[in-house]
Amino acid sequence: MKRVRPVLLVLGLLAVGLSGCATTELVRVKPWQRATLADYTMRPDRDPLNTAMAEHIYFSRETATGGRGVGGSGCGCN
Amino acid sequence: MSPLKSVQFLLLALGALSAAAFARADVKVGDTFPALAPAQLVNLGGGDVPALSSKVTLVDFWASWCAPCKASFPAMAKLYGEYSGRGLQIVAVSIDEKPAAAVAFWKKMAPPFIALHDREQKLVQEVGVPTMPTSYLVDQSGRVRYVHAGFHGDLADLRKEIESLLAEKS
Repeated sequence: MKRVRPVLLVLGLLAVGLSGCATTELVRVKPWQRATLADYTMRPDRDPLNTAMAEHIYFSRETATGGRGVGGSGCGCN
Repeated sequence: MSPLKSVQFLLLALGALSAAAFARADVKVGDTFPALAPAQLVNLGGGDVPALSSKVTLVDFWASWCAPCKASFPAMAKLYGEYSGRGLQIVAVSIDEKPAAAVAFWKKMAPPFIALHDREQKLVQEVGVPTMPTSYLVDQSGRVRYVHAGFHGDLADLRKEIESLLAEKS
């Protein structure tokens, strides 16, 4: 197998590191593309029974309750 | 491929990828706001798409699925009621992918100001809004003077900027 030259390897890594692949701009879901994420079905607490059961497991395992969830619809607004 | 050609290829690839990464520039304070007409916006009220020149305009980007946008509409309606007589124009642009959702939201909120639909999301991509909702205060020459990102229940800073811009105009 042919040995990869160190210079090429460094340049290759530089190309990836300094290029668009390393920026969040190319992978981030844009604010105007979040309709599906904001849908009700994407909410983890949409099913009250499931939430109650998860809460029970959490309480049984860690003797802690409450403090779950934050405001917002999941759309990433604000 | 010879080592020299490999290096040249890598440098070219690096240049192209870097250019692609930095080519998109979001609209910020001091920039000229893009014209509304080329974006093929639809006026939800059935009228024409307004021009940005000759009036102080607040361009607001909203979506039916965005809870803060819903909360911001009554506040913007209040702003419109206070300042439309002094020359403020509010243009609310929906970025909904589903036209029916935009129309339903608009009918429910019944805003007193102009509501448009950016059905192909051309304008919003060109502007590159940082969050939903975002409002751009544009002066009579079409230049962005203030950007209000998000809605936290208070438009005091926006009100101050509108006052200042309207005072400048008169």
